[in-house]
Amino acid sequence: MEDVMNLKKETLQKIDEVIPRYPEKRSAVLPLLHLVQEDQGFVSRDATEWIAEKLGLKPINVWELVRFYPMLRDKPVGKKVVRVCRTLSCALQGSYKTCKTLRDAFDCKLDGNSPDGAVTVEFAECLASCHTAPVVMVDDDLHEHVDEEKAKKIAGEILNGQPKQGGSA
Amino acid sequence: MNDDKKQELITVYVDDREVRVPPGTNMIEAAAKAGIEVPHYCYHPKLSVAGNCRMCMVELGMPEKDRATGKPVLDNEGNQKVMWIPKPAIACATKAMPGIRIKTKSDLARSCQEGVMEFLLVNHPLDCPICDQAGECRLQEFATDYGRGYSRFVEEKNVKPKRTLLGPRVMLDDERCILCSRCVRFCQEIADDDVLGFVDRGSYTTLTCYPGKQLENNYSLNTVDICPVGALTSTDFRFKMRPWFLRETHSICTESSVGVNTVVSSREGKIHRITPRRNDEVNDTWMADSGRELYKQVEAKHRLLKAVVDSFETDNVGGAIREAADLLKGERKIAFVGSGRSSVEEQFLFKKLADQAGARLTALVGRVAEGDGLLISADRNPNVRGALVTGLINELPEAELSDLEDAIDKEEIDTVVAYNEDLSAAGISEQQLAKVTIIYVGTHFNETSARARVVLPASTVFEKNGSFINQQYRLQKFLQAVPGRAEGQDDRRILAGMLAEFGVLVSPEIDDVWAEMSETIETFRDIGFMKIPSTGLLLDPPSHLRDLRYPEGGSLHYEPAKEEASVT
Repeated sequence: MEDVMNLKKETLQKIDEVIPRYPEKRSAVLPLLHLVQEDQGFVSRDATEWIAEKLGLKPINVWELVRFYPMLRDKPVGKKVVRVCRTLSCALQGSYKTCKTLRDAFDCKLDGNSPDGAVTVEFAECLASCHTAPVVMVDDDLHEHVDEEKAKKIAGEILNGQPKQGGSA
Repeated sequence: MNDDKKQELITVYVDDREVRVPPGTNMIEAAAKAGIEVPHYCYHPKLSVAGNCRMCMVELGMPEKDRATGKPVLDNEGNQKVMWIPKPAIACATKAMPGIRIKTKSDLARSCQEGVMEFLLVNHPLDCPICDQAGECRLQEFATDYGRGYSRFVEEKNVKPKRTLLGPRVMLDDERCILCSRCVRFCQEIADDDVLGFVDRGSYTTLTCYPGKQLENNYSLNTVDICPVGALTSTDFRFKMRPWFLRETHSICTESSVGVNTVVSSREGKIHRITPRRNDEVNDTWMADSGRELYKQVEAKHRLLKAVVDSFETDNVGGAIREAADLLKGERKIAFVGSGRSSVEEQFLFKKLADQAGARLTALVGRVAEGDGLLISADRNPNVRGALVTGLINELPEAELSDLEDAIDKEEIDTVVAYNEDLSAAGISEQQLAKVTIIYVGTHFNETSARARVVLPASTVFEKNGSFINQQYRLQKFLQAVPGRAEGQDDRRILAGMLAEFGVLVSPEIDDVWAEMSETIETFRDIGFMKIPSTGLLLDPPSHLRDLRYPEGGSLHYEPAKEEASVT
């Protein structure tokens, strides 16, 4: 099986560790998707086919999952992923405006990347912090009470390449 | 062993109607046996149970038993008490157990059916006037049975792709799809070509083919058949004809010795489509795509429509038959080349004619190719076994007529009667053809018809009645779907006409041919054309035929006889 994605050594190792944990190989498909996405940033068509072959599935079976779960991506994303909550509390508190501000700041379409490919802005469903609405997640960091002003500040930090706290490398 | 078990029937109740079914029977089937239809979309008798459409929800009750003793609990009148489960259950995932009861028309069941129907129609486009499925659409049918008649939905309907070409023969309209997953399961379980699936979620769920792949296996059109709505349509049939105008005729596919049962749909003498007909012993509910194309041969450009005598077309078919018969009289050295595509009746008459004309050689052209293990067998002749039973041949046919070649070279043969077979395709060279007088009876022009002294136009399988014997030795009949295009003659009349020239009077009527066959052929004893059931009749061939080494490998509902088994 040719690895056209140049997965990192650690990822391959983790993949080989995780598969035998399940009584049936196919059950490992979600952990594998997460590992590949962590490694690659998204699950490409090649990755889908690679995983399918690895687990004795057909590519469509894996593709259905990739497209079903919002946290799995089938397209490349920027280095920074900005997710704006749009579920009820946040929406009422003005998250659409927040989102528009962020998109304007990075000059990107909804669910799209900034022209340099560095940042992605997208809506997310409930981020489970309704009492501090509207909320935004930049990669793994939660930002609360993000009004337009705060949104501009966050955008500025990202554009200036502020070191990010926590999250995966 | 299994048969004993099958005999044990249990009693279940559908809407208080008593039905006896084998244990484990699907409750939709049990209800059908009671003459009650449980509405359903995702359930298909030949696919796994998915249970996702929820249309078959019914009320479910079990006979009450005493927990301590396990004895049935009776009411005051001595009748079995029934515990009705408060929540509805889907009938398709409920198996028959002794005493189980379902209600399909109770208030609860009714409200479930209406509720599911309303939700299915929420995002379904009002396409019926331009939809190919209209008239044979389950959604349409159940909407009239269980729908409210008007919509309470005021929001905008979903917009999805309307024209996705899933493969060369299948078109997908995603808005019409009700996500029953029958097509997905068919591709997984029957066609073994897992390319279809659902992407995205909720009301945005969309049926799709894996990017870069196509639904192009030779069974893809079955997905169109089983699609309960107009989501999947055949590119060949799309927008051509309304189903309610179509006349349906039972037929048999000539693609191979599987003998797939089919329905030929025609209107005003023109065939519009071929679809499979359910036969649980032969093809279940499936059919290969390639077999559905065969109706096109009826109106093919190279169709033979008129008799030809010495290169001149003639309207006088009777005269041409006489010419042909005259060529066979006298001191001729004749070979008869029959066809495994002819019906049993034709092969019988052809053999009779060969005997009358004193044929020195009779042969059949074999057509062996690789089978697909499902519904196309290795023997691409639909009726080689018919030729064996009628005695036209005694051995399995070869693709190349080498005996005939030798005989022509040695000038032991100077006349050949070719029945719907192209001799040059069967290995007879141009020089050899030039050495013999040819009489050709057939449906289409070919090298042989071009060189024939007399050409008699025959009928395709769609233009006549007849029967084939398939690989299981199952005698199956096909009926005339459209009037014959060739000048007023059908095969049996041509053969009977030639026999008459030899002073042998036989009636070309199919019942009369069968009367004679049942008298003279042991295997056909007591069988008549009208007596052949629509699902076919399993014959008991003589042992020397059973022991032949047939080319077929295993396929759906067919296992070739094992070597050892054939000896004992």
